[in-house]
Order: sequence, then structure tokens, then C-alpha cells
Amino acid sequence: MTAVVSATPATARGLDPKAIASIEAVLIPVGALVASAILFSFFLLALGKSPATFFNLVWVGGFGSAFSIQNTLQRAAPLILTGLAFAIPARIGLTLLGAEGALVLGGFAAAAIAIPMVGGGWPPAVGLPIMAVTAMAAGGLWVGIAGWLRHYRGVNETISSLLLGYIAIAIMNFFVEGALRDPASANKPSTMPIGDAWRIGPIPGTSVHWGLAAGIVLAVALHILMSRTTFGFAARMTGGNVRAARAQGLPVGALVVVCCAIAGACSGLAGFYEVAAIHGQANASLIAGYGFTGILVAFLARQNPLAIVPVAILFGALDAAGGLVQRRMAMPDATVLVLQGIIFVVLLVSETFYGRIPFLQPKQTGDRT
Amino acid sequence: MNAAAAITASRPLQRGPALETVGMTKAFGAFTALDDVSIDVRAGSFHALLGENGAGKSTLVKCIMGFYNATRGSVLLDGRESTIRSPRDARDLGIGMVYQHFTLVPCLTAAENLVISRADAPAVFDWKKEKPKLEEFMDGMPFRVPLNGQVSSLSAGEKQKLEILKLLYLEQRFMILDEPTSVLTPGEADEVLGLLGEMARRGEVTVLMISHKFREVKAFCDSFSVLRRGRLTGTGDAQAASVAEMSRMMIGDTEVRERAVRAARNDSRPVLDLAGLVAEDEEGRRVVDAVNLKVGAGEIVGIAGVSGNGQSALVEVLSGQRGLADGGIFINGKPFEPKRRDFDRFKVFGLPEEPLKNATVPRMSVAENIAFRSYDKPPIASLGWWLSPGPMRRKAEELIARYRVKTTSPDSPIEALSGGNVQRAVLARELSGEVDVLIVANPCFGLDFASVAEIRAQIMEQRNRGAAVLLVSEDLDEILELSDRVAVMSGGSIAYVAPIGETDRNTIGGYMGGQHMAGH
Repeated sequence: MTAVVSATPATARGLDPKAIASIEAVLIPVGALVASAILFSFFLLALGKSPATFFNLVWVGGFGSAFSIQNTLQRAAPLILTGLAFAIPARIGLTLLGAEGALVLGGFAAAAIAIPMVGGGWPPAVGLPIMAVTAMAAGGLWVGIAGWLRHYRGVNETISSLLLGYIAIAIMNFFVEGALRDPASANKPSTMPIGDAWRIGPIPGTSVHWGLAAGIVLAVALHILMSRTTFGFAARMTGGNVRAARAQGLPVGALVVVCCAIAGACSGLAGFYEVAAIHGQANASLIAGYGFTGILVAFLARQNPLAIVPVAILFGALDAAGGLVQRRMAMPDATVLVLQGIIFVVLLVSETFYGRIPFLQPKQTGDRT
Repeated sequence: MNAAAAITASRPLQRGPALETVGMTKAFGAFTALDDVSIDVRAGSFHALLGENGAGKSTLVKCIMGFYNATRGSVLLDGRESTIRSPRDARDLGIGMVYQHFTLVPCLTAAENLVISRADAPAVFDWKKEKPKLEEFMDGMPFRVPLNGQVSSLSAGEKQKLEILKLLYLEQRFMILDEPTSVLTPGEADEVLGLLGEMARRGEVTVLMISHKFREVKAFCDSFSVLRRGRLTGTGDAQAASVAEMSRMMIGDTEVRERAVRAARNDSRPVLDLAGLVAEDEEGRRVVDAVNLKVGAGEIVGIAGVSGNGQSALVEVLSGQRGLADGGIFINGKPFEPKRRDFDRFKVFGLPEEPLKNATVPRMSVAENIAFRSYDKPPIASLGWWLSPGPMRRKAEELIARYRVKTTSPDSPIEALSGGNVQRAVLARELSGEVDVLIVANPCFGLDFASVAEIRAQIMEQRNRGAAVLLVSEDLDEILELSDRVAVMSGGSIAYVAPIGETDRNTIGGYMGGQHMAGH
């Protein structure tokens, strides 16, 4: 009987299991996007707006000109990093919502450590790397706490990382409105600006900051880490079946904490670029929702670090087009958030289609006793 | 067939009906799981349905129960053709099933479980009315189960009895039992099957039992049918046919390994030493309570016991899945910690029960699963951290061939394999190197005849090579076949240890049930 069963599956039609898995991994998310677009069109029609105009504006606002492409990439940079921050812990079986908080804390830590260095007249070439490392350490430590609580105290990591995020924001507010407040920032409490000399410039020939390059490099590096190293292998074992991982004597606790710390470091780095390349100081502008959009990015990319890059660009484009949509269609820019929300729900539903697409399935065999 | 009306005591017990399947065929796409199967279960008989894993027993039963609609063929109940399109139809016709695993609600009482199973269960129960009716019903039954105790406090045997009572309560007098004794002690199994046999002989029920165990078939059944690869390969009188004949019908011409050959031991130094092991469950109860046991080189120590007496927890402790509250594990006199470094250093390997749950990552590929022990060592890993898929795949291909793991490709997720092949892949991983200590738990659970013989032979081979083997099994036949010494675990501790030559099935069974008898 086993012979009969093993002879039937997909090889008969020239598809090996890996190919089926990759076809599914593309087909299902794309299908989910199309379905979301259709659902969102109904929403627009109900408002008396034209879906065609909307999608055209998204195209123009996101990719229509050199300016809009650069605007898109600029917004994609932190999304790549926060997407990675969700995807890496997901590989080890954790659902972390800590990216927003870690981004804010990382950005704040970078701005805070910059103050004495800027004041002390350090050269930016030395100071900026220190800022980046500080941001990553702060974010890594923060999310690492959620991992530690999960493994050693059994605390639900989703809740703890989300709540730690709010604490991180509160910590920034505490200092920004108190000890570290720049007296000149009257309307919007901020830390001391790092000054133009300390700003990270754009990638030459563009107006896009280096955070994009950092995101792409990290995405490739983390892809290699997860797929081609013993660490990644052990993490995937743990994520796939923690009982089996324990039975193989793996240090499950250490793996969990390290994956969380990597996630936090990615978010922290995003915070660093927000401060060093965009805002020049830490303030409430850091709380822009990149951490939460990153979850969406990671989901659509199926937690695959390489796929996160194009998906982040897609969401960057949506974000970039928000202003254009607002002006031309007389709709609030929150409209884009409605679309994001629809995409997320449809994506969650689409998860149930893996292994169930009829024409990709091997012929069903008998239920074995 | 109204259940409430049916339990009025004045009515005499109804009769078990006869059931026939005629040319039953079930195809799933191009694959025919059941091919023209006609079996005849006479009224009041105790009929065994035999067959290997995947032979189509489950498919046949599911067609009878209405879970599947047969491609062709029909069911005759007492000679009349009956249309069964859904489990509801089967229930209305009085056909019921006891599944391998309990379907009772553990936090409810036995009485509540019975009443809620009724199709016409009201939204609000009038217990003043129901209780006497239940008592009356119970009085008419050949065995009793305490009605007011929570089901979770019942023993496995009582739960199984309650499952059977539930069918009788629902007036389902054609009973299909799916390996009903896999969760029972030998004593409990004999009792439950004996009672069912008596009821069948009195004509009160008709039983169709799926079984793997020839001993039970010979002891309790009067007729049998055998399926192989979806076809009926034999049928007959269970008392007249010999075990050899039945097993030939089951496995056909497949060559089966001989019973594992036991080499004489000349080395008896103790290797694995469990010293006062204590482990607790999540609520802090002691599930392993001061276990002391030594296993020598070239020795298999079999731990028998009824499920839930701490054997699983003991295996979890040894494999690092559960923390140790007290005591120590020693190998060759040195302390052993169930961590990767010590697994490698002391050459400790394991075949845990339910390999898909404990020994594999279902979504990772067969090749990756086979590499679990070797992925961080050369040639797969270089520099200690860089993985090379090439050597991993080559090693997997070699082991897949050597251990005859049937898979479409080394890249298939291991969850796509059948149970026997998952276990073979795990065997390939754990037994292909040098083994000093082997921890085995229910290695053959749910596997077909040929796989069982092969896996037992592999375990014996490791013993003959000098490995210290700890075998935890709920299958007493397995323990008796493989062990050099037998230990019985009861209530978390070792209740009995004896060399295999100085003990027997009854003695072991007595110690296995000891806890249960003392408690009642």
C-alpha cells in the first residue's frame, strides 16, 4: 500500500514538492492582493469614487516619476527593517509586535547618545557608527526581553512585545519632554538636533537615504543566516516543532532570545536612520506606524527575508501615494490605511489555501488506517 | 429510532442486526482505496476486520458510517438495502462506532456524557427525570460505569466501557470498534472484549472490530475478513483459521524479517544509570517519582505500564523535553545532561513515540529531518556554522535508499510520508551511526506488520552491537519479544523489575494494573 501511495503524488505531473511550494508562495499572496483590490474597489464605489482613478493615482504617486520612485524607496527603507523584525522571530515560531517600540527606542537611543558626541565635537564618521550600534543594542535588548520572558517565564510574547512597545514610547516621551528636551522645540518636544554635519546624506545620485541599502543588505544577510547556517537550521527546527528541537538537545531558550534580539536590532536600526537621515532628532515623528506596517509586509512576503524587499517597496508606494490620493480624490489619507487593513484580513484568510489549491495537489489517496 | 423512547426499561433488549457490504468500492481520483469489497457480518457475530496500515479498513468503515460516499456498492442491513449518505443516517439505522481515541467530554460526568450524546438532547435537562431513566438503562446492561463521577477520573477501561454503553444507550446495536484495546491494559482489554463477546453471543449486539492483534482475534472473535491493498483477501472462521493463515492473507507475499535474533551477551557493565529521577508536570505533581534503573551494555530493559503512569514523562526527561526536579542521569559513571553536546559525546540516540510530534519537524524536508543529528558537523557544516546542502542531500539519499524510506523526493516535507516511512526516516537518522545508549518509546505504535518486524529487528541489532537500550512500550508483546529485563512503571515509579526468563505476561499485567486495583 505504501508503494501505491508514494507512487501517486506530484512527480507524475513533473512537479516536485519544492516547486509546488514556491508556486503557492507566489500565487496565494498575489491572489490575496488582487482580491483585496477588488474588495477595496467596492468600498470606493460605495463612496462614489472611481477605483480606476485610485489605482492610477497609486501608480503615479508610487512609481510615476523619478521623484515618486525615490519617495517610495525612502518610505520602503524602514519597512524592510521592520518587516525583517517580524519575519525572523516568526521563523522560530514567535509572533512579535515589538517593532514599533523598538524602532522608537532605537531612534531615541541614537539621538540621546549623539548629544554628548555632537557637543564634544566628535567627528561624525566615528559618532554615526556609535549611534547605529547604540540604536541596534537598545532595540535588541528591548525585544530580547520579550523573548526572555517567553522562554523562561512563559509570558505570551505577542502581548509582552506589544506592551513593551508602549513602555518604549513612554520612555522616549519622558526624556524628550524632560531631561533631554531641546528648549528650542516649543511645539513639538524633541531632543537636541544632531545638526546637518551629522546627517546621513542620500545615496549618491538619488534623494534616498542609506537606510534602503542597509535594509537590502540585512535582508540578504538574514536570508543567508536563516537558510545556510547552522543557527538558521536550528531556529527553523525550533520554530517548526519545539518538542523535536528539545529532543535534539538544542538550546531553545538561547535561540529564542537571539532571534528576538536580531528582530529588535533591525527595528532599532530603522529608528537610527529615521533620526540620522530624516528627522535629525528624536520626537513623536518616530511613531509613524512603520513597526505595524512591517507586520503586513512580512506576512505578504511569507516571512521570506528576500521577498520582504519588493513587498516593502510596494507598501512604500502605497504610503507615498497617500498624499496624491488625498489631494486629487478629496479623500482622507487614511483611505490607504483602509486598503492596508483589507489586505491584512484577506492575507490571513488566504493562509488557509496553502496545500489546498486543487490543480496543484497530488491526487488524493485513501485515508490510511 | 428515538433514543429517549428506546431506553424505557419495559422493552426487551433489541437484537444486533446483520450487515453486509456488496461490491463496496471507493476511489479517490485515480487511486482506488477500496476495490469491490463484500463482507458479511452475521447478526450477533463478533467479526474481526484485519489488515495492514493502508489496507483500506478505515475506508471501508467510513463508507459504512457514511463519512464517505462509496463510489460503487451498497450496504445491506438485515438483508435490506440501506442508503447511508451521512453519519446521521448511520446513527438513525443503529450503526455506531467506538473510535481509537475517546470521544467523551472529560469534565462532564458519565451521566451527562450519555445524555448529551442523544440526537434529541434538549436545551435544558430535567435531571429529576433523566437520572432514574439512566439508572434503569444501566441496570439492564451487562456492565456498569459509575454515573456520577467525572469522566476524567475514570480508568481507561471504564472510559472504553462508557463509550460502548453510549452506543447501547443510543440503540446502536451494530458496533464498529476501531482498535478498541490500544489504550487498555491486557486485563482491561480482555474484560471489555469478553463482555462484548457475551453480548454478541446472546444476539444483543453485532460487533465489527478493526484489530492488529491476532491474540485478541483468536480469543474473542468468531469470524474475520482480511483486506489487503483495498481488496478482500480472505474471510473465515476466526477459531478455525490459524494465525499463520490470517497473517499470510494480511501481508501477502511480502517478505517479513524473522523475529529479531538475540545474540548472547558477554558484556554486562552498566552503561545507563538513572538515579532517583523525579520530574513534575505543569501543575507540580510528581509524574516521575524516584525512578532508579540501570541498563547494561548489550541489554534491552523494557518498561511496561498502562499509558499515563509516567513512562512518557520519563522519556521526556531523558530526551531533554522535560526538566529534572531531582536525581541524576549517569552514563558510564559520568553525569549526563540531555543537551546536544552530551547526546553526541555519549552517543545517545532516541526513537520517541509519535515521531511526527517528537522527532521531526513536519514541514521541513525529509533530507533536513534526516540531518538533525549531523547538520552541525562536517561534512554538512564547515567552520561549525556554514551549511552545505549538497552533502546533506547526498547523505539523505544514501540513508533513504538504505532504510527504504518511501518518499517522492528528499525535498518533500516529511509530513507527506506515511507513518511507517516517517519512523524509518527517524531510524535512519538515529541508528545509522554508532550508538551507545538508545531510548525508545512505543516505536511501532500504529505501524503495519512488516514495518513492525523491521523496526524491532533494528532495535535488537543495536542491542547485539552492545548498545544499552531502554524500551518504553504500551505493547506488552513488544516488551516480551525484545527485552532482556522487564520493569513495570506504575504511578510514576518502578513497581517491578525481573529478568525476562523469570516473569510472564500475567505477573507483569498484575503489576501494570496494580495502581488501578488499589484505587478502587
